[in-house]
Amino acid sequence: MSEEIVIRVEGLSKKYILGQNQGQGTLRHIIQDVATAPLRALRRKTKGDTNNDAQKKAETPGEFWALRDVSFEVRKGEVVGIIGRNGAGKSTLLKVLSRITEPTAGRIGIKGRIASLLEVGTGFHPELTGRENIFLNGAILGMTRKEIRRKFDEIVAFSEVEKFLDTPVKRYSSGMYVRLAFAVAAHLEPEILVVDEVLAVGDLEFQKKCLAKMQDVATGGRTVLFVSHNLATVASLCSSAMHFHRGQCKLAGGTEEVIHAYLTELTQQPTETTSADRRPGSGEYRFRHIRPKKPIFYPQEPKVFEFEIDRLGGPVVSMYFMIEIRDLRGVIVTQCDSRLNGVWKQDFQHTRGEVVVDALWFQPGTYTVDAFIFVNGIIEKYEQACSFEVSTILPYPHSVPEECYARGSALSRFEWNFSETTETSKNDESETAAPGALNHGA
Amino acid sequence: MPVEDVTPPHELKLKSNSAPPAGEVSGRDAKTALDPAAYDLWIEAGHTEKHYWLDLWRFRELLFILAWRDLAVRYKQTVAGVAWALLQPLASMLIMVLIFGKVAGFSGLPANSHAPYAIVVFAAMLPWNFFSAAMSRAGESIVGNANMISKIYFPRVIIPASSVIVSVVDFLISLGILAGLMAWYDFWPTSRVWALPVFTAMAGLASMGFGLFITALTVRYRDLRFVVPFIVQFGMWISPVAYPIEVVREKLGEAWFALYALNPLVGIIEGFRWAIVGGDTRLSWLNLLLSLVVSSAVFAGGVQFFRKTERRFADII
Repeated sequence: MSEEIVIRVEGLSKKYILGQNQGQGTLRHIIQDVATAPLRALRRKTKGDTNNDAQKKAETPGEFWALRDVSFEVRKGEVVGIIGRNGAGKSTLLKVLSRITEPTAGRIGIKGRIASLLEVGTGFHPELTGRENIFLNGAILGMTRKEIRRKFDEIVAFSEVEKFLDTPVKRYSSGMYVRLAFAVAAHLEPEILVVDEVLAVGDLEFQKKCLAKMQDVATGGRTVLFVSHNLATVASLCSSAMHFHRGQCKLAGGTEEVIHAYLTELTQQPTETTSADRRPGSGEYRFRHIRPKKPIFYPQEPKVFEFEIDRLGGPVVSMYFMIEIRDLRGVIVTQCDSRLNGVWKQDFQHTRGEVVVDALWFQPGTYTVDAFIFVNGIIEKYEQACSFEVSTILPYPHSVPEECYARGSALSRFEWNFSETTETSKNDESETAAPGALNHGA
Repeated sequence: MPVEDVTPPHELKLKSNSAPPAGEVSGRDAKTALDPAAYDLWIEAGHTEKHYWLDLWRFRELLFILAWRDLAVRYKQTVAGVAWALLQPLASMLIMVLIFGKVAGFSGLPANSHAPYAIVVFAAMLPWNFFSAAMSRAGESIVGNANMISKIYFPRVIIPASSVIVSVVDFLISLGILAGLMAWYDFWPTSRVWALPVFTAMAGLASMGFGLFITALTVRYRDLRFVVPFIVQFGMWISPVAYPIEVVREKLGEAWFALYALNPLVGIIEGFRWAIVGGDTRLSWLNLLLSLVVSSAVFAGGVQFFRKTERRFADII
């Protein structure tokens, strides 16, 4: 990894205006704007930009700062993971880096060609065949026709859709579609690659393939910025990481460190109702918090989470609750929907409670919890509400290396029982001495 | 009232650097890192000019690929395929000949008498169809490709430009039909025909210009999608497509005619008729000049407006 800085971000900020009226208002304003633009430019040159900057940084109601004064540097060859909760500004950062949207303030210096993968299959047209779409998608991503022709066979081989190349893509299964789309994108060769969680597509086999390809790209000397919720992938692919929280880069540094800080943030939830407003859901009721009773549990012990819920809006009758517990890969280990127990709640002002998850032996590791409140629609969706650890002290009588249990999604209580075992007698031993001898002998 | 911040802009930028960045900037690095020439590209609010035109060159292939996409998709799963591209202009022309030629009696006019009326009509329909199709298509192009706008970077002007190219292809097909008509009537044009590319370019400029305005506005004001077909209809009546320009000149008188001629299509259609039909159809150089000026102005204005509003597309669309 060289000292050369390929991305330099200085004071980057991005503001969105909430609600329907993203513009400055009516047609009259636009015409006015365009007509007076030269006058304003002149005025600005004589007075200096200061007024504009200060005005830009003040937040007024109806505005939302997706990124706030972000500064960092990325060196050539680094693979940087960007993690954070939903709404932290990660995708916005990628959009600004990809020049899809302009920053409100600050600037970014880039050295080298940037290509971004924010979605697979951008521009795919359902009526065109797979072959035609490869050229279309490749051109949209920035490859020249020569480049595409050169890599055509590789792309087709990676996607495994040779037989269907000349059928319209609208006939493809969703798996084939996504494989083809990713195959094209995977063969981009930019100096800087910016990727937004696109690896979360396809079946498990394909995900492994994508990961391997990303591994190639990462070790091939390219600079990669990689946004993901899958902390295990971030940990394995990235040499460094950045943790974003509410539009700011809270921590940047080695991957382990940053992941740890992120998880710590999740367990120590400050009670903030402002963040609740930004969560999805109609919001009549919101979790004030939901926390594990202990930071670390044994695999077999009941996992208890205590929570408080406040009513913020109109009354709702008959709501039900759910939590989903995910491992570091983002896989949902268990889903606990209160309807399964026949538990429904009627309208309340405030409530405390506990959800107890029992009779599942968790693998050692770190887990996160998403909490939900439903009626017919979603009232509250609190993703990554908290996290907890499961200790490596196993509930089995003998201690063994990790390879003996780590491949499952969960642990279980199991027994091996044998019945009707016939012992071998002394006579049989000579005949079964050397299996190879049976072939050579007469 | 915004607070007056006294520090000048460049210092403001350095101050925000004191927030811990991803890597410590060493002394030597600090110097090269801050040197603007060390970077190929600076992304900043309001400063996208230089790279835009370079990028346009880099993405030039995309322009043709998008046009190819629209053309390829049109005739997929149809039986007649490309034949439809021929039938539509032929049908319109037949109707025009019937109604304006026979019923309204325009075919009897002296200006039109030496050429088959079908060709006279076609000569005016060619540029009009090109212009109106290019303008309409360009006008809905950005909103129609919204998914690309929000996920991928390329100079957005490529999208309306590719729509115009699709219309150029249709125009060339219609030219083919015209050639067929001429063979049928055994009516061949004079060397004036070589002026056609000039008039076509003017029509292209005008349609692209209007198209850029419309598509940029439609992103924010979706109402325009409903208004544009109406404008196109209206446009057809105020351009000399169905009726010869001489009739207008007689009826309106000089003053009103000058206003009428502000429509860039007036000069263009007149030019097309002059080039194709030949004979002693006069060509008013004044009208032509006016057309050229208006077309160029609309194009320049359209590009300006588009560039200005383009940066908010991904946020609004």
